[in-house]
Amino acid sequence: MPLDIPRLRQDFPILNREVRPGVPLAYLDSTATAQKPLAVINAMDEFYRRFNANIHRGVHTLAEESTAMYEAARAKVARFINAPSAEQIIFTRNTTEAINLVAYTWARVNLKKGDLVVLTEMEHHSNLVPWHMLSAERGVNLEFVPVMDDGLLDLDIYRALLARTPKLVAFTAMSNVLGTINPVAEIIRLAHEAGAATLVDGAQSVPHLPVDVQALDVDFLAFSAHKMLGPTGIGALYGKRPLLEAMPPFLGGGDMIKTVHLRNFVPNDVPHKFEAGTPAIAEAVGFGAAVDYLETIGMDAVASHEQEIIAYALERLEEIPGVKVFGPPADKKGGVAAFTLDGIHPHDVAQILDGSGIAVRAGHHCAQPLHEKFGIPATTRASFYLYSLREEVDKLVKGIYEVKKIFG
Amino acid sequence: MEDLYREIIIDHYKNPQYRGRLDPHDIHFEDDNPLCGDHIEITLRLDGDGKVADGRFDGKGCAISQASADLLIESIVSKPVEEVKQLTKQDILDLLGIDLGPVRLKCALLSLKVLKAGVYGLGEASDDLIE
Repeated sequence: MPLDIPRLRQDFPILNREVRPGVPLAYLDSTATAQKPLAVINAMDEFYRRFNANIHRGVHTLAEESTAMYEAARAKVARFINAPSAEQIIFTRNTTEAINLVAYTWARVNLKKGDLVVLTEMEHHSNLVPWHMLSAERGVNLEFVPVMDDGLLDLDIYRALLARTPKLVAFTAMSNVLGTINPVAEIIRLAHEAGAATLVDGAQSVPHLPVDVQALDVDFLAFSAHKMLGPTGIGALYGKRPLLEAMPPFLGGGDMIKTVHLRNFVPNDVPHKFEAGTPAIAEAVGFGAAVDYLETIGMDAVASHEQEIIAYALERLEEIPGVKVFGPPADKKGGVAAFTLDGIHPHDVAQILDGSGIAVRAGHHCAQPLHEKFGIPATTRASFYLYSLREEVDKLVKGIYEVKKIFG
Repeated sequence: MEDLYREIIIDHYKNPQYRGRLDPHDIHFEDDNPLCGDHIEITLRLDGDGKVADGRFDGKGCAISQASADLLIESIVSKPVEEVKQLTKQDILDLLGIDLGPVRLKCALLSLKVLKAGVYGLGEASDDLIE
């Protein structure tokens, strides 16, 4: 059943605001961060009004309630991606920190000089720079699966790279620029056949598509709450249990230990071993509320709404002379349309659109190598989510014609 | 519609008066803003009294970066180099006649950064030059 978008939008107070008096907001930047439903805002508000206490150590009522809420959120996030157990969800600050956690713990134990890590040309900086740093420190080699002109990965070259027996294949499930939905299960299966571990950057896929870590057989999955209707400041790393058990701790401090002596410590069990210090407790509660909200809507319904919106957006954008949209056709991509407009810089496009209340992103979207690949410094990116309307696409198109008129 | 795209900016972007390159020249510097691909190159010719006899800019990028370069060159021709060295962020904002957020400010100030690195004879354009 199609979603009742106008009704659903009532759950998101910010969508009713005016950017300036008389200028309503058309929020087309959900790939950067999603807006939050009342369910999330209220859950966090209620946490601070009624429950707030530090977790895991206190014996008073508030501490026990807070701890239960924090751990309940972990269980919800685990269920959302069909993780076998809640302990396999490590709360991090965001996707970036989740990937860094793997790079600093698993990789620094398992990778040595000369080992190969395979990435792709469409990675966000968060799945490039941690590996650049590891490469500089350890002499690990990096290779990249090319992106073809149509925005899809070149899987023939991927297979050829696998013949060089990489130790890790780390890649995004969905490009934050091209929108490309990669064949995640196939990439993982091939990696495992070649003996490589796999890390999936799920920052874009987990918010927008049904994700089942057991069906995918993925070793590590990283994602952020704020891109899936939750708060900023919290994300998650899923890992297979034997891998997590064998990994050394990440940051040192409180909560990640069993016992501490003056000259040594014994690390805590998974997942606490990886969560040093007081975590983002209210944010975890908000994350849990976001997951509940998405489950109520249904991820299949979310994905099919976005599929409909992106198909309509591509059709409308491509009819504008001078507009070039990057990435594959609608049926192979999520709700992301990054485009250039002949002779007009994306910053100018975005600024003028903002004048009509249309929020889009302009720049390289933390994927500079991908833009270099296509020979452009920047793109304008419109992105969509479950609350996006066809009318907002129409507004965008009208706005682009206005930009053309101003620069005409 | 937009204050930011006041006619003056669009006009200087579309019909720059000082776009080009002076050869020979006394001062040359170029730099870019890697975040958005804006690029500005400035060449100046000086007269015997330490004044800017003529100037040109070349480059590519958004309307703000290119228009501010044109306005900047226009404002310094026949000015003493010592005065050019004293130009600040506020002078550029006054030329553009608009307020800018931090992202677009970088676009607007690229030409000033390049100009000052050139007149000071520096090897690189630092943000300290425009504070």
